[in-house]
Amino acid sequence: MEIPRHWRLKKQRYALMGEVCPHCDAKIFPPRDVCPECHHEAKELFQFSGKGEIYSYTTIYEAPSGFDSNAPYTVALIKLNEGPMLTAQLTDVDASQVQIGMPVEMVTRKMRDDGDERGMIVYGYKFKPRA
Amino acid sequence: MTEIILAGLGQTDVGEHWDISLRDLAFLAIESAIKDAGGLKPQALYVGNMLAPNLSRQAHLGALLADFAGLTGIEAVTVEAAGASGGAALRQGYLAVKSGLVDVALIVGVEKMTDVVGAGVEEALATAADSDFESVQGLTPTAQAALLMQRYMHEYRVPADGFAGFALTAHANGAGNPHAMFRKAIKPETYAKAEPLTPPLNMFDAAPNADGAAALVLTRRELLPSDWPHPLVKILASATASDTLALHDRKDPLFFEAAHLATGRAIKQAGITLDQVDFFEYHDAYSIYAALALESSGFAIRGHGWKMAADGRISLTGNLPCATMGGLKARGFAGGATGVYQAVEAATQLRGQAEACQVTRARVGMIQSLGGPASTAVVHILEKLD
Repeated sequence: MEIPRHWRLKKQRYALMGEVCPHCDAKIFPPRDVCPECHHEAKELFQFSGKGEIYSYTTIYEAPSGFDSNAPYTVALIKLNEGPMLTAQLTDVDASQVQIGMPVEMVTRKMRDDGDERGMIVYGYKFKPRA
Repeated sequence: MTEIILAGLGQTDVGEHWDISLRDLAFLAIESAIKDAGGLKPQALYVGNMLAPNLSRQAHLGALLADFAGLTGIEAVTVEAAGASGGAALRQGYLAVKSGLVDVALIVGVEKMTDVVGAGVEEALATAADSDFESVQGLTPTAQAALLMQRYMHEYRVPADGFAGFALTAHANGAGNPHAMFRKAIKPETYAKAEPLTPPLNMFDAAPNADGAAALVLTRRELLPSDWPHPLVKILASATASDTLALHDRKDPLFFEAAHLATGRAIKQAGITLDQVDFFEYHDAYSIYAALALESSGFAIRGHGWKMAADGRISLTGNLPCATMGGLKARGFAGGATGVYQAVEAATQLRGQAEACQVTRARVGMIQSLGGPASTAVVHILEKLD
């Protein structure tokens, strides 16, 4: 399907590579080259630890195309330890056990597929509970 | 001062129009707005649409709809801002007529949700979120709303049926709107018994996707024909603002900053205070969005928006009637047509022609059109003239 648009994000998808602002030290994910805090240029790479906690969550039963074989699945807003928040699916957890404030960590998992069409599988970050 | 008048109003019923195409649906609304406007000839067409390139494989609606309305030759473009497309198109029409470069503008909001069914619709709707960092995780607009509702209920200790008042109000009002998709009031027990759709959000917390088209003709007051038959309703203020596209990029997700900014700008422009607003057409794509809109716009303090619905303060006889013709929840969510429906409904109220839905002594109405979780907010304030 759309190989270049997933390929060029491999550092973010596989390694949570963001940026750090050289002016105000804000940690930035996803990378955006302009610091959302002080609006100066911010292009220095910064790798996140992949640890954070759940800010909110829900379970999706009616999934969009490409995700329906995985439904139902739980998605969360995750506040990373370094500050920024991101959106990710949760994995290796029973949906009924998920709570706001639960500590989680990043893992790499299959995100979506194209069914039988062209066989491309997109991998990226999901989060699972951490002790 | 130049006064911009809502000179013509038109709308189709909202629902599942399997037998009507995108272009024909838009034309039905355009035809009735032009007829209502008493012979004014549009010089420009602004189309509000969100999903046609995706769901109907049809882009370039400006030229298409002008052509099929017999208006070939006029200026015609599409304005897109997800669910706020209709409000954004209205603002473009307002700017054009206000500037003097266009004398008569036609605005049409149109959406054909039913050209695709099932997972394809969810996928299309998800294109309004951040494709690389939200949609790729399987997030949908409904799930975004559920994430906000979950956190809101956690922070403010809202009871399980705390949001019921929004659906009850919308359905009670929709019963009186002949164009609404759902024209039947619901009981509190019906809300309480509904299965969670995307927990904690249930089917009554989400507006139904539907087909629909609504149209408006705008002109300056001095250009109205001498025999123009309607009570005068003008656009008192027009303002818009943006916020981060992705929900996760916000420092304070439970506050709709764009709604706050756009409302503040509109109120200042109108030279009024919030308590002079007689009714408020909010963008209740989800009941949590209605609560956050009330708080972010300044009608309720933070954490108390849901109580306005629970206490009946937003009903037709309350101190701030909302969703007076059913809102998105009962009228139906016709995507990019929504902001134009809101304007048609508010103008109908101010003309005094809302019949069973009529708000008594309504002089000033505020409409707020949101794209996504208020990543775009467009606010218009309408006023009845003597």
